[in-house]
Amino acid sequence: MALVLTEEQQLLRDTATQFFQERLPIANLRKLRDTQDQTGFDRAAWKEMSDLGFAGIMISEKYGGTDFGPVGLGLVLEQAGRTLAATPLVSTVLLCGSAVQLAGNATQRQDILSAIAAGDRVMALALEEGPHHNPTRIATKAVAEGSSYRITGAKTFVLDGHVADQLVVVARTSGGDNDRSGITLFLVDPKSEGVKVTRTRMVDSRNAANIEFRNVAVPGTAVLGSVDGGNDVLEEVLDIARIGLAAEMLGLTQEVFDTTLAYLKERKQFGKVIGSFQALQHRMATLFAEIELCRSVVLDALSALEGRRNDVPQVASLAKSRLSDIATLMTNEGLQMHGGMGMTDQFDVGLFMKRARVAAASFGDGNFHRDRYATLEGY
Amino acid sequence: MEALEKFREETRAWLEENCPASMRTPMPEEETPWGGRNAKWPNPDSKVWLDRMASRGWTAPTWPKEYGGGGLSKEENLVLHQEMRRIKARAPLSSFGIWMLGPALLEFANEEQKKEHLPKIVRGEIRWCQGYSEPGAGSDLAGLQTKCEDKGDHYLVNGQKIWTSYADKADWIFCLVRTDPTKKHDGISFLLFDMMSPGVEARPISMISGASPFCETFFTDVKVPKKNLVGELNKGWTIAKRLLQHEREMISGMGLGGAGSGAGLGGLEQVAKEYYGEANGRIASPSLRDHITRQKMDGKAFALTLQRSAEEAKAGQGPGAATSIFKYYGTELNKRRFELLLEVMGTKALGWEGEGFSEDEIAVTRSWLRSKGNSIEGGTSEVQLNVVSKRVLGLPD
Repeated sequence: MALVLTEEQQLLRDTATQFFQERLPIANLRKLRDTQDQTGFDRAAWKEMSDLGFAGIMISEKYGGTDFGPVGLGLVLEQAGRTLAATPLVSTVLLCGSAVQLAGNATQRQDILSAIAAGDRVMALALEEGPHHNPTRIATKAVAEGSSYRITGAKTFVLDGHVADQLVVVARTSGGDNDRSGITLFLVDPKSEGVKVTRTRMVDSRNAANIEFRNVAVPGTAVLGSVDGGNDVLEEVLDIARIGLAAEMLGLTQEVFDTTLAYLKERKQFGKVIGSFQALQHRMATLFAEIELCRSVVLDALSALEGRRNDVPQVASLAKSRLSDIATLMTNEGLQMHGGMGMTDQFDVGLFMKRARVAAASFGDGNFHRDRYATLEGY
Repeated sequence: MEALEKFREETRAWLEENCPASMRTPMPEEETPWGGRNAKWPNPDSKVWLDRMASRGWTAPTWPKEYGGGGLSKEENLVLHQEMRRIKARAPLSSFGIWMLGPALLEFANEEQKKEHLPKIVRGEIRWCQGYSEPGAGSDLAGLQTKCEDKGDHYLVNGQKIWTSYADKADWIFCLVRTDPTKKHDGISFLLFDMMSPGVEARPISMISGASPFCETFFTDVKVPKKNLVGELNKGWTIAKRLLQHEREMISGMGLGGAGSGAGLGGLEQVAKEYYGEANGRIASPSLRDHITRQKMDGKAFALTLQRSAEEAKAGQGPGAATSIFKYYGTELNKRRFELLLEVMGTKALGWEGEGFSEDEIAVTRSWLRSKGNSIEGGTSEVQLNVVSKRVLGLPD
């Protein structure tokens, strides 16, 4: 049975719920924002998350991970979404950890995976080059020079790129800018000469970076996977991140639904609680239905990953587009139903709306994934 | 587990031997096996198949054997359906008796009533219709006024029902009647009677689709034996509500949009490629392509939700809150699908009859019109949303 949780998974979910509610409540995000925190996430909390096994949840025990699998990671992300917890889960675990797991050689795996599982290394994927997700349009070049490479190009929206200890850079080793083949992944030290990192503060109070590479020298041992064959790995990695983000968006959407419902039962106008008005009741009932469908597609996508099903790309696009769209809808509706209070910084609904938009734009929004889904399905 | 596999083997062998070849083909609408006193059998195999299945109680596989059912466990029932699907066997009987009335009788009727009615339902001998809505009682069903008076040795029924599906073809009716005019919900009773009774008249209503599946049904001094009251007097609303649940489950399955309705044309995307054209393997209109993708994704998400709900029930987590949205979501989805088909097929889906249109094309036009009723019958979408708001979300009046 794929769409219901096992006892072990329920236990993990309860642990995650407790951790995020107690250790990383929304107040934590506000504090990071208001103090203009240099890191952009709570390093001590990240260490605790690795102690709980969350950082190594996709990593095998051989490298110090807990190997709880994608469904487990999805449950953790859903709970992180409920409290808007800022953590390097997406950048380090979903993206770079998966890339190393899938494409890394024995040395790379040993070095990197054990460091991630221990919570000792933050990583970032330098992929995007424009304002829209476009994983095959790669203009950043890596030119071979003997056994090493020189990388030149500009990357944007590199999640956690400003604090990453190590980068995975997507660069072109052959072909034209829009070719699927000819893409190679490189492990790059951001302190290398010619790397310029500029922190970009995003609307959701999390952080990304613009990273410029000017003739950056990297050794041949820095290649992750095969030369020119990076696209296949990248697609697999991106689908993991898309499904993980969908799980996070499920949590944030559910949280906004729950708090909005509670507000409707408490706020009074015209002498009665506004939740008694049918104009609001029917919108909430419709949202309830949409969120129930969201839960089904996220669970199915996670179990597709876990079972290594061959329809992972389709269900990833299904989950990412649906959750992007419904998270947008729910946060808009939640804000509207909170009235003027929803417009204040004091109320949390605005924070959820901001996060929903960044998560939706990450690795393909609804438009991107409907187009991809149709293409995958052959129409 | 071993017993179940043995059951599967036996079932497979029995079906192989007993299911006529023509019953393993897609069913044209006119061959729908409704049964009843006036049953028509344009394909004689339908009758053979019904009788064979009924002899094992497999028209109602999970009903107890003592009432003619198959006495199968849930697991065995699942195996039976899997094995039937495997050979593409048709359902042997289409019956409101099986889908709606039977489960209510099993729960609420007395022994004599169960013995009297259930076996005839199983064998397809009696075709039932549902007397619920009235001209003045639609969404506010409990406002029904059909009068039922106690005349000592019998009841006397006077009033009018509407939207009675196939009342002109049915043999018996299960009917909600008012037995206490001073109360609303607590003045309703659940009554069964023969449509041949003097004073019963059914008039088909012409619908926008051109078909007439529904009737206005009039009752003038209809005498009903007192033993035909199901459950207690004035307690019929409880039965009515339970029966509505069965009806809604039946209707919500339509969102998955498999059967009938121009299915011969294939999926939306194939229809679009054929009727709109393609460019580089894609549907030629990017806008239409996006709409179709939304529809297909919503359909997939809905199907997964039905599956999740079934898995939760199997895992003993009871019917989850999700079930309350099935009727609403499934019917709205089905309506959207037909609107899209119309856009995709253009004027080819706007023919009414005759030359210039294929049978499938006409079927799409008619089914599009029919689909509008999905979100009205069995509780409107608005009523469904009220139910979710109040019962699931706990929002006040």
